[in-house]
Amino acid sequence: MDTAPTPAAPAAMTVHDLNVGFGNVTVIDGLSFELRTGEILGLIGPSGSGKTVTMRAMAGLVPHRRGEITIFGRPFSELTIRERELLRRDWGVLFQQGALFSSLSVLENIEFPMREHLDLSPKLRREIAHVKLDLVGLPPSAAQTFPAQLSGGMIKRAALARALALDPKILFLDEPTAGLDPIGAGKFDELIVTLSKTLGLTVLMVTHDLDSLEAACDRIVALADGKLLKAGTLTQMRAATEPWLRDYFHGPRAHNLEG
Amino acid sequence: MGRYIELSTTQDSDLVVRCSGDWTSANARALELDVAATEPSLAKSTNTVIDIAAIDALDTIGAWLLTRLRRQGAGPSGGFAGASGKHQSLLERIDNYDPEEAPAPTRENWFTAPFDTLGRTIMGGSGDIYAINTTLGHLLSAFGQTMIGRAPLRLASFVQQFEQIILRAIPIVALISLVVGAIITQQTILQLRNFGASILVVDLAAILMFREIGVLLAAIMVAGRSGSAITAEIGSMRIREEFDALRVMGVDPYQALMLPRTLALIVGLPLLAFVGSMAGMAGAILVARVYGDIPVDVFIIRLRDAMTMTSIMAGLIKAPFMGLLIGLLASLEGMKVQGSSESLGRRTTSSVVKAIFVVIVADGLFAVFYAAIGF
Repeated sequence: MDTAPTPAAPAAMTVHDLNVGFGNVTVIDGLSFELRTGEILGLIGPSGSGKTVTMRAMAGLVPHRRGEITIFGRPFSELTIRERELLRRDWGVLFQQGALFSSLSVLENIEFPMREHLDLSPKLRREIAHVKLDLVGLPPSAAQTFPAQLSGGMIKRAALARALALDPKILFLDEPTAGLDPIGAGKFDELIVTLSKTLGLTVLMVTHDLDSLEAACDRIVALADGKLLKAGTLTQMRAATEPWLRDYFHGPRAHNLEG
Repeated sequence: MGRYIELSTTQDSDLVVRCSGDWTSANARALELDVAATEPSLAKSTNTVIDIAAIDALDTIGAWLLTRLRRQGAGPSGGFAGASGKHQSLLERIDNYDPEEAPAPTRENWFTAPFDTLGRTIMGGSGDIYAINTTLGHLLSAFGQTMIGRAPLRLASFVQQFEQIILRAIPIVALISLVVGAIITQQTILQLRNFGASILVVDLAAILMFREIGVLLAAIMVAGRSGSAITAEIGSMRIREEFDALRVMGVDPYQALMLPRTLALIVGLPLLAFVGSMAGMAGAILVARVYGDIPVDVFIIRLRDAMTMTSIMAGLIKAPFMGLLIGLLASLEGMKVQGSSESLGRRTTSSVVKAIFVVIVADGLFAVFYAAIGF
């Protein structure tokens, strides 16, 4: 850590020497990086390199075998159960498939975390849920619909609104633009950048989308085989000499980044 | 005024609302109360200034409350005094939302609502009769196509379902029938003993078990055990689009999924009913020995006279029809699953309830029919 350059902003979360495995399989082995306050960090890597597992470990959904995750300077393992519960309100997670509750309407989905954790009058809760819906760019008419009636892009937006319901400080996005058309994906990137600016969010984004990396991410962390391959800005990554990164940033699908 | 809002007047304006502290979700309740308490003063004032310079932290909830305050006090065009750049951009973004645009949730009239529900239930019931015939038609056409060799005979699937639905149900059906047979025999023996006719318990137990109880218990068990499983399986396949995947690959889901299950039910239920009836008789023999002092060999000799092939057939003939009804209802309810996991749960429940109801009604109809033809 001493050799690392002075970070531009204090770290919202740090991951140090993380080791995560299931049974005999080790998925993440000795991974260290940091998520700086206010930045949008892209997490890339080949399929099966442990991106989603890293994100889930950071969100406290998967236990780790070794290593330390700190959040706002406090090691996660030293927190009491009560403190962890409180801390969980400080992060929102957007799951790959949205994970909206299928038996609740979109508005009820957004209201749900508020109903659980905040002491609000039903009227204010409803209004706030509508505000969040407006924040993610969904029309007011979407409020009463059910997740099964929504398109893929709308599900992502509704799920983002729910992830933002408690005004989290950190937002985890698991492949936010996967399955969206290029225009929809572009708009989603824009939305995340705007939201992160206006709400002061720190964002960790697991993605495969080169355009997202360019449009949204301040820094990029690349994983390979459960280890850190390289971390840096897009320019640094593009100049990297590692074979996988070279293929990734200069491959046939990266043409619009070059121009 | 409150912890977060202070009211005062200056020369330029009749009301200055000075907001301070953390306007965040953690203080949401107190903020809401403060804002509500300010509203009467806002309504009286004509020239309001909202000063937010002293606000430390602001999130969307705080920003929305401020926006509400501003819209009521300073009017839609008025701004905030002393907003820092960061807060300003959030407030501008939130101001984008106009509650007028949000459609009011449709509420039903309290008076018409019960009639509405009643009407929908009745129409749903008659719709069910139509739908059950449709399902039957689909199944028959799938069966016909298999018979004339236009569709594959799914023997592996049939055998697997037969094992799941029938063979694995044997222990529980046998156990329940044994217990029920024992209970019936015990109760009748206690009554018949008063007339000195305890030996007649053999006739009673045999006829009851083979004609009614055996098949009914087996059908109810299978409806609960496998009817729910079939509905849940088909339902979750529908939710996850596996059903549509089958269709676009040119495979008829009725052919591939419903037919093997329903056939297993039709073929297997008589078997289960027979096993159940035999287990019931075992229970009867046991209890007759213990409570009625009827030795086993006497029981068997009496049973030879009491039992006829008609009694056995009367029970077994009903079984395939009950199997068909269970299969039909389970498939039908599975097909009705839409989108949500809640719908899956509701359909599974309704599949079991309907199947048990229909099985019992069918049994009653058979009893009337048998009596009419003297079977």
